[in-house]
Amino acid sequence: MGNLLPDKSRVCATTGLPVCNSAQLFIKLNAVFGVVALLIGVTAAFLLALTRWETVALLEPANYYKYLTVHGLNMLVFWILFMEMAILYFASTSLLNSRNFSRALSWGQVVLMLTGFLTVNYSIFMDRASVLMTSYVPLRAEQEFYLGLILFAVGALLGCVNFLGGLFIAKRDKTYKGSIPLVVFGALAAVIIAIFTIVHGAVALIPTWLWSIGVLENAPDGAWYRMIWWGFGHASQQINVCAMVSVWYLMATLTTGSRPLNETVCRVAFVLYILFINLASAHHLLVDPGVSAPWKMWNTSYALYLAVLASMIHGFTVPAAVEVAQRKKGIGGLFGWLTKAPWKDPGFAAFFLSLLIFGFGGGITGVTLGTHQINIIAHNTLRIPGHFHMTVAGGTSLAFMGLAYYVVPLIFQRDYPARALARIQPYIFGFGIVLMGIGMTLAGSLGVPRRHPDIDFTGAQIPPHLGDAGPFLAVVGIGGTIAATGALIFILLTVYTVFLGKSNKGRAMTSWQKPEQDRLTKSLITTHWNPEEEKLRPKGTLVLTGIFLASFAVYYFANWKALVDVWPVK
Amino acid sequence: MSIYNPVGKWVRAPHGFERVWIGVALLWCLVLTIAMPYWHFKGQQTSSGEAYTVAPIDFEKRVAKFVETNQVGDRAGTPIVQPAPGSDAYLVGKNWRWYPVLKLKKDVEYRIHISSGDYQHGFSLLPMNMNFHVVPGYDHVITLKPAETGEFSIICNEFCGAGHHLMSGLIIVEE
Ligand code: HEM
Ligand SMILES: [Cu+2]
Ligand SMILES: [Cu+2]
Repeated sequence: MGNLLPDKSRVCATTGLPVCNSAQLFIKLNAVFGVVALLIGVTAAFLLALTRWETVALLEPANYYKYLTVHGLNMLVFWILFMEMAILYFASTSLLNSRNFSRALSWGQVVLMLTGFLTVNYSIFMDRASVLMTSYVPLRAEQEFYLGLILFAVGALLGCVNFLGGLFIAKRDKTYKGSIPLVVFGALAAVIIAIFTIVHGAVALIPTWLWSIGVLENAPDGAWYRMIWWGFGHASQQINVCAMVSVWYLMATLTTGSRPLNETVCRVAFVLYILFINLASAHHLLVDPGVSAPWKMWNTSYALYLAVLASMIHGFTVPAAVEVAQRKKGIGGLFGWLTKAPWKDPGFAAFFLSLLIFGFGGGITGVTLGTHQINIIAHNTLRIPGHFHMTVAGGTSLAFMGLAYYVVPLIFQRDYPARALARIQPYIFGFGIVLMGIGMTLAGSLGVPRRHPDIDFTGAQIPPHLGDAGPFLAVVGIGGTIAATGALIFILLTVYTVFLGKSNKGRAMTSWQKPEQDRLTKSLITTHWNPEEEKLRPKGTLVLTGIFLASFAVYYFANWKALVDVWPVK
Repeated sequence: MSIYNPVGKWVRAPHGFERVWIGVALLWCLVLTIAMPYWHFKGQQTSSGEAYTVAPIDFEKRVAKFVETNQVGDRAGTPIVQPAPGSDAYLVGKNWRWYPVLKLKKDVEYRIHISSGDYQHGFSLLPMNMNFHVVPGYDHVITLKPAETGEFSIICNEFCGAGHHLMSGLIIVEE
């Protein structure tokens, strides 16, 4: 079995998984570029948070827009997509006992994405593209901005093709028995969505680029652009969700030895993402001209909320798997599995906080804001960034940080220094993001707009009156500074480890957990056991999800209540 | 096992607590689904998306004509315009201001035509916090019934270039 040549691969001393040298190289390159993008994004994040905090009001408007463009693209596009590429290389090789598909394709992926990344940043930093991440036409950037994005997308597409090729050779060479592992299945779902997404991006950006160089006389239609752009912009969030959930399953196994209760359920939930996600661009268009109310309602609900159902399923199966594994280790009580969880392992802490922040913070607000009529009192207010920082920052990014605490020691073969600092880093980042998210949500409820450096409107002809959002914006500033500090700690630790960390070649990585915990986890991973045994039932998770549903209902109906109070409109 | 191939026959229906949760979640999704059409028929607020394509220049001509026939005053250099109760009103976002100032009657329904003369804008009426998107080339018709008297600010909450943070306007509502 396997198609890995001994001189072109090694066996991981910690997990026993095979590591293909070629895949390892590309995992390293993508992870490094991802962290560089994160560093740029975090630097901008400090500036933005300190500008929105009115008492500090750091940046002039022109600079605010510039660094907002820097932040949006480096965070949401570059950091996340480089990390996802790294995950794809790992999933299609180590987990399938197979080799990297094609070095040529892989180099193409890295070179194109790097070129795109550098080009776009050059364009923004040289003040040639203050159009923000969305570049809504007829705002116009210099041509290299669009070109850079297109190159980056083509690179990502090559990465996807290489992943599919990897799946193909693994199947052909029979490197594994039966079906692909769940984590690979999740990655496959992400890739399928990614391909649709990238096509949307190309359809929106290629005509815009042609217009920017004068080949097309008129800018694309603004409403058309929004619909197609969000086919890319939103659908790519579902790639993130798939990747994040796959990382949850992976980290749950690595840190607690868990296994899914029911593989079918988990996989069907991934399939629901694939089927319904292309509809989601609608929830950015809920108060747009030219699209009818029935269209908005059908699409924003992803057809009967089936993609939301998928997330609610994962939100149960992941903690349930952890709970069952903990019970198997002999931990009792309703919540003993949680209180005795390995909270000092940053891999576990980051993953579990990510799950909680994504579900309770991002999920509940997302569905509520995406409700057709409720969107009237939320569209483009600070409530929107309040929501998505709890999905992409507190959810996806935090999960990826947790992953790094394992991937860096296993792939770069160096151990993290300053262990105590690493252990608290996920809490700092998670706490900061939650605080900032709450501040943004409350300020947004008063009508404070997003993408806005000065709500005092100094110099406006008819100065508007906003409610007193000052205290909430201070919370944004403080929470944001804490979060950005947390992210910076992660970056410093990781960069140090990659270049100077103590080598762990030839031995297992230094564990984040106590030897006893470690032994129990290892034995759960290597032995056969049935997670659906009667005495292991996940009671605690059922209670947790019950609390979740209750919070969801309260927040959701409170928003309908708030809507009743505004003027009649249609 | 998440990272290993599932062994044996793994395709089967959920049971136990997992099944309970999936059932509950499905019911909740049903509630979410029904809420929107319910509000569409029973509620007072929705975004119908009513819109007509119009060249920005033509729209600005309509605004100019509207101002000419209905102007009743002036606020900081911007005309105050009072349409006949229940009629059509016009509002354009351009050069980082909402033009003109509208004067409306409480509890009367108006068809407010909103469009842009340059970039995309976000029409945001405060302090109610009601928001609609504005795209050049589209006459976005919002049928609005003011429910309070007073002065209500309009700001822009979609990035529209260098002066975005200065963009504002006003709606005055009288008995
Ligand atoms: C490290 C801590 C972070 C802080 C303090 C922070 C802070 C902020 C602030 C203050 C804004 C501007 C809100 C506005 O005026 O509209 C913003 C926007 C944004 N952030 Fe973050 N953020 C952080 C991390 C992240 C991460 C990790 C991601 C994504 C992975 C992210 C994605 C975005 C996006 C997409 C926008 C919107 C850009 C736009 O409107 O064009 N942020 N962030
Ligand atoms: Cu979206
Ligand atoms: Cu604006």
